[in-house]
Amino acid sequence: MPIVQLIILPLASDFEVKNIRITVIDQDKSTYSKRLIQKLDASEYINVAEYKDSYTKALESTGAGTSDLILTIPVNFEKKLIKENESTIHLAADAVNGIKGGLGSAYAAMIVGDFNREIREEWMVMPRHSEFPAVEITSANWYNPGNNYKLFMVPGILVILVTMIGSFMTALNIVAEKEVGTIEQINVTPVKKYEFIIGKLLPFWVLGMVSITIGMTVAFLIFGLIPQGSFLTIYVFSGVYLFSVLGIGLLISTFADSQQQATLFAYFFMMVFVMLSGLFTPIESMPDWSKMLTKINPPAYLITVFRAVYIKGSSFSDLLPTFYALLGLGLLFNILAILNYRKRAT
Amino acid sequence: MTSDMSAIKIENITKTYEKGKVLALESISLDIKRGELFGLIGPDGAGKTSLFRILTTLLLADSGKATVEAFDVVKDLWDIRKISGYMPGRFSLYQDLTIEENLNFFATVFNTTVEENYHIIKEIYVQIEPFKNRRAGKLSGGMKQKLALCCALIHEPKVLFLDEPTTGVDPVSRKEFWEMLGRLKDRGITILVSTPYMDEASRCDRIALIQKGKIMDVDTLDHILEKNYQEILGVKAANRYDLVKAINQFDNLKSCFAFGGEQHVVLNDGFKSKDEFQQFLIEKGIENLEIRVVEPDIEDVFIKLMQENSND
Repeated sequence: MPIVQLIILPLASDFEVKNIRITVIDQDKSTYSKRLIQKLDASEYINVAEYKDSYTKALESTGAGTSDLILTIPVNFEKKLIKENESTIHLAADAVNGIKGGLGSAYAAMIVGDFNREIREEWMVMPRHSEFPAVEITSANWYNPGNNYKLFMVPGILVILVTMIGSFMTALNIVAEKEVGTIEQINVTPVKKYEFIIGKLLPFWVLGMVSITIGMTVAFLIFGLIPQGSFLTIYVFSGVYLFSVLGIGLLISTFADSQQQATLFAYFFMMVFVMLSGLFTPIESMPDWSKMLTKINPPAYLITVFRAVYIKGSSFSDLLPTFYALLGLGLLFNILAILNYRKRAT
Repeated sequence: MTSDMSAIKIENITKTYEKGKVLALESISLDIKRGELFGLIGPDGAGKTSLFRILTTLLLADSGKATVEAFDVVKDLWDIRKISGYMPGRFSLYQDLTIEENLNFFATVFNTTVEENYHIIKEIYVQIEPFKNRRAGKLSGGMKQKLALCCALIHEPKVLFLDEPTTGVDPVSRKEFWEMLGRLKDRGITILVSTPYMDEASRCDRIALIQKGKIMDVDTLDHILEKNYQEILGVKAANRYDLVKAINQFDNLKSCFAFGGEQHVVLNDGFKSKDEFQQFLIEKGIENLEIRVVEPDIEDVFIKLMQENSND
């Protein structure tokens, strides 16, 4: 199950917006307007889906969901462009899917800008003497040159999966003992509190480590991802991380009396974890209060670590503060859980 | 203080739930001798399980003190856990482990091995041995009980706590189970057993009748029956509903309750005239009336004590 998720999620949760469908209303039908449309179509992000002759009709297809952007090229576009050296076009975006709408119009604006510069340059070439002063911003994506989303998502999703195994399964396992009553039978034996807890946590710790190994294997086989940094760093961090996640599982199990309760608790925690982990949205762009919350959110740390090791090849010493943070959280959750776990009900 | 003969000593144990609102045990005191098969008899909700959980160190009492083999249930809980075997009312072994695995697991938990203490469980174990590779969850009720008993015995406990071991078990298995307990008692193991079945009282050396968190009487069955002797009339008629209605109209009635196929009727002290009672019922138009004097059994006594207690 988790492996299937690991394979499917990165492909599905890809933020790259491709195939933005654009509806063009070309009222000018001139050489320049044709050139602009061709330029749009040539981009790998935008497909010219259809041509309409009125804005209302174009809006209909946007409403039906067959188009994301509407580009209106007014009559006299070319004429104005040549005569007055400027011209206007109109761009409308379907903002139901905010990301697609925003990115789509940005892409389209970029292409239009490009087109603008192109024709200006063409005209400038004629006089030959004065070089047109153009400032262009070029950006380079450090560490992830291709801005590959898979490289970005896979380590993050791996962390979430390990979290599920760690917290969910521990909680469910202990609560199941409560439900069946076996915990009662264990409690009357000379088994000590800490022995019971260690006996419960250790198998899941090992299981978590194994699943990280499997996850990394899958990441390599399917996505061809290999950590730039050392495996040791990953394992050391995972080990400490699992310790803290198991503590959360244990904590849940002390609150819950039935497996349903535990599932709901764990589900709630998972939602918060994922939202505040920086998996989908960068922590840096969160409001201050939720930034604070990410400080006590173990997945946020491990996702940072995994991405750093996978993408940047960070070494253990680079990530030392994160290590201490995880260790501290682990101690915190486990101590809370132990305090809450009363072997003798009062 | 604790005499050498006492295996379990309970002094004024009180336990309440929900912040004192629900009274589970009210100042209970008991002294169970070493090697005794002691029965705790009372209906559901009488407080039997609470008492068991206090004695097996799973629950803390509000007040009072209790010792098991001279170990205090609060201070010396680890000592008690080593020497006692507990079989909760609900089957609580690992359902997905086989019989053999469960046994080995509990042996290990108590730092012993099945081989070492095989002699104690042998008699019981041979009965379930043919199924030793079957998962505990797939066993029948009687077999589960036997397995649970084996697991509770595997560390050779000095005291055995059995909370309603025969609830939900068929009559044949119940009989077998009590025979097993008798043999364990012969080995010198002190056994505290609770049951809602009054008829099992005769199997115990001594019994305590418990109702609503209070102990009504503690003695041997015979003594209890003797002490609480009263004449009981077994009344039968064609139409039971009319009969009950008629009986309840009789002035000198002390109690009347259903018992098997007949009504057990107790008349007020000093009112010994069975004939007058019979005449009264006939006048009420009861047909096919049959009245006989019955020997009171534990159930009759229980109801008598219960009524006396609620009149207090």
